[in-house]
Amino acid sequence: MSLLNQFKTSLARSKSGFVDRLGSLFGSGEINDEFFEELEETLVSGDVGVQTSLKLVDQLREAIGNQKVKEREEARKLLIQIITDTMSSGENSTLADQKPAVILLVGVNGSGKTTSAAKLANLYRQQGKKVLLVAGDTFRAAAIEQLEIWSGRAGVDLIKQEPGSDPSALFFDAMNAAKARDADVVIGDTAGRLHSKYNLMKELNKIYRVVGRNLPGAPHQVLLVVDATTGQNAVAQARSFNEALALDGLILAKLDGTARGGIVINIQDELEIPVSYVGTGEKIEDLAPFNAADFAHALLED
Amino acid sequence: MFSNLGEKLQNTLRRLKGKGKLNEKDVDAAMREIRLALLEADVNFKVVKDFVAAVRERAVGHEVMSSLTPGQQVVKIVNEEMTRLMGQDQSTLSFTRGQTSIMMVGLQGSGKTTTAVKLASHLKREGRSPFLVAADIYRPGAVKQLEVLTESIGVKSYSNLEEDPVKICSEGLKMAEREGCDVTIIDTAGRLHLDDEMMSEITEIKNTINPDEVLLVVDAMTGQDAVNAASSFQEALGLSGVILTKLDGDTRGGAALSVRAVTGCPVKYVGVGEKLDALEPFYPDRMASRILGMGDVLSLIDKAEASIDQDKAKEMEQKLRKQQFTLDDFKDQIAQLRGMGSLEEIMNMLPEAGNLPKEVKQMSMNEDNFKRVEAIIGSMTKGERQNPAILNSSRRRRIAMGSGTTVQDINRLINQFNQMQKMFKQMGGADKKGASKKMKKMKKRFPF
Ligand SMILES: Nc1nc2c(ncn2[C@@H]2O[C@H](COP(=O)(O)OP(=O)(O)OP(=O)(O)O)[C@@H](O)[C@H]2O)c(=O)[nH]1
Ligand SMILES: Nc1nc2c(ncn2[C@@H]2O[C@H](COP(=O)(O)OP(=O)(O)OP(=O)(O)O)[C@@H](O)[C@H]2O)c(=O)[nH]1
Ligand SMILES: [Mg+2]
Ligand SMILES: [Mg+2]
Repeated sequence: MSLLNQFKTSLARSKSGFVDRLGSLFGSGEINDEFFEELEETLVSGDVGVQTSLKLVDQLREAIGNQKVKEREEARKLLIQIITDTMSSGENSTLADQKPAVILLVGVNGSGKTTSAAKLANLYRQQGKKVLLVAGDTFRAAAIEQLEIWSGRAGVDLIKQEPGSDPSALFFDAMNAAKARDADVVIGDTAGRLHSKYNLMKELNKIYRVVGRNLPGAPHQVLLVVDATTGQNAVAQARSFNEALALDGLILAKLDGTARGGIVINIQDELEIPVSYVGTGEKIEDLAPFNAADFAHALLED
Repeated sequence: MFSNLGEKLQNTLRRLKGKGKLNEKDVDAAMREIRLALLEADVNFKVVKDFVAAVRERAVGHEVMSSLTPGQQVVKIVNEEMTRLMGQDQSTLSFTRGQTSIMMVGLQGSGKTTTAVKLASHLKREGRSPFLVAADIYRPGAVKQLEVLTESIGVKSYSNLEEDPVKICSEGLKMAEREGCDVTIIDTAGRLHLDDEMMSEITEIKNTINPDEVLLVVDAMTGQDAVNAASSFQEALGLSGVILTKLDGDTRGGAALSVRAVTGCPVKYVGVGEKLDALEPFYPDRMASRILGMGDVLSLIDKAEASIDQDKAKEMEQKLRKQQFTLDDFKDQIAQLRGMGSLEEIMNMLPEAGNLPKEVKQMSMNEDNFKRVEAIIGSMTKGERQNPAILNSSRRRRIAMGSGTTVQDINRLINQFNQMQKMFKQMGGADKKGASKKMKKMKKRFPF
């Protein structure tokens, strides 16, 4: 199955409840206040958030007025377009032609960082790159072993130190190792941390600075891993992590569940941080590049 | 945006003065704000609908008590309804004579493994003899994670990567008995509620071991989807309770209400950190005010009580009464607050925190800040510490030089000191009875 199809299937499967409602919503009938209200509710129920839902509905109203749309089906196409436009308005981060190119994965506890690191390692290795994984979570019990198993499955090297060691010192060494081993891509896992914890965010900022000091221009891609089931708190997460180390994109993990991940629209809207990948399962190949049009379609179409 | 429902309602209801009864229009305006606040707090939209309808019904035509403004009256009803929905009382685990078994279930990454060990540690402290079973053979490193954690608290565990999870659990129970343990906690793999294969596995585990408790572990940051997972797990397994994790963050935690509403199960514990002692009982009333964004006043008192030296608190209360709170005391206070997290975190628990200047709220009690404060206060004369009012600009310059800081740092500190003095005056000491009475008063003084 192509990545795109895989992405669509998993979205379609998970969106059934959502889609059913929209199906009836858009199916037939005139465009009236009740229609807009239901629409707003549907968006809210997909974690889009009240403010952003209202904003999207307002945009839709305006577009409907401008284009003299009368049918709900037409309105649906307009809304898909609006969401697609919103979600593709930013530049999607690509890895610079750097060698080694350094990717750093950050996020709150349990969002899917370590698994996503393994998935990315697998992706790049399949592209023929020499990949190095860095077991940057020296804090959580058996986090290093977890990534070690994954690195074996992905067939890539792992840089690790003792549990409890200083993560920025580890990253410093990892940058040297990457240069010495002539790695193309370095993927750094980090410990989960709640964005509201000052000291932990400071520690992350230190990792960021140490990496940059040892390898000017690095890290080249900092990705925030967000659990698709997360509600409004994800915006606060993105805000804080973005302050600590300038995010380039998101990985929306666990999109294979029933959650719709609508919160990424808020994040894109407020912070202009695009979604780079979506996680669609627990296996190493369950990662797909994000596609705005697919996302919008899958959200509003069955 | 809707961080404080109290503030929001204040704006909406400011115009209303004590009338005889709440009319529909008053109530509608308030209901809009409540609906927004709940949605922003991630309460499921259907649950919000039901909740607002219930409150509305109670509120319209309600007599406004003479002691309250209409706004306060609405908040009172909201609070009562909310607490009622969350469950009135604390709920505990049920133990059987002899062997008790507890199963942890939930979505991926919600915190099952960590919570299983936290629970074991808690039960061990209560004098029980817990045993852990690692039934997650899927996630890389999951068994090892549980082993490392159980070892750290001196508790035994069992697993076998060669076996299937159902077998592991029945073996584990036998092992626990042989080891002379009386509570067995089973950590299961994270799974999606729509994964039929995995759901039938867990159903089989449940049917095989017939546990006393089946606890659903839910991430407090979960959004609208919380109802889907919770109701599926409930349907498949028949849950006995819920544990809400990661409440140490700044999430409003509306999932607690959603999950409660769709499963009818009580929340039995909450996780408030990654460390193994970060498990607390669940207080429905506190969760209600957290979701509503009206200040978690009671938690604050408990927190303060836990980290503030009782004698010092007494002494402080005396000083506060006599209005003798000095910069030296300020230093002592923040030294104690260091153990309580950032000042912002603490402020957020206060209903009136919204009214405090941003810079005070953002003053974080990390080591850097604390050292700076210490240096500044250390560079003052005794007279200055007793009476900061005498700090003119030449004194401030001298202190800045002496402490290696800037005059801005001094100004900020004095400003924060003044604000804090004000805050502590409102709070009174941390003496429980005195404080809770004061807190109750403070609660009544919602900004209307
Ligand atoms: N269904 C599904 N599960 C996933 C996905 N990504 C990760 N997971 C699972 O989520 C759980 C947590 O994943 P981890 O990669 O360990 O998360 P983490 O962010 O590294 O966690 P910490 O390091 O503890 O903060 C594991 O059980 C993973 O198998 C996904 O896209 N879909
Ligand atoms: N801040 C905070 N982190 C927590 C809390 N409870 C668990 N965690 C963290 O959340 C992450 C996931 O916890 P686990 O116990 O591995 O979650 P799990 O449900 O067993 O995950 P899977 O087995 O992969 O499904 C880890 O990084 C834990 O340290 C909590 O109350 N607060
Ligand atoms: Mg990890
Ligand atoms: Mg686990």
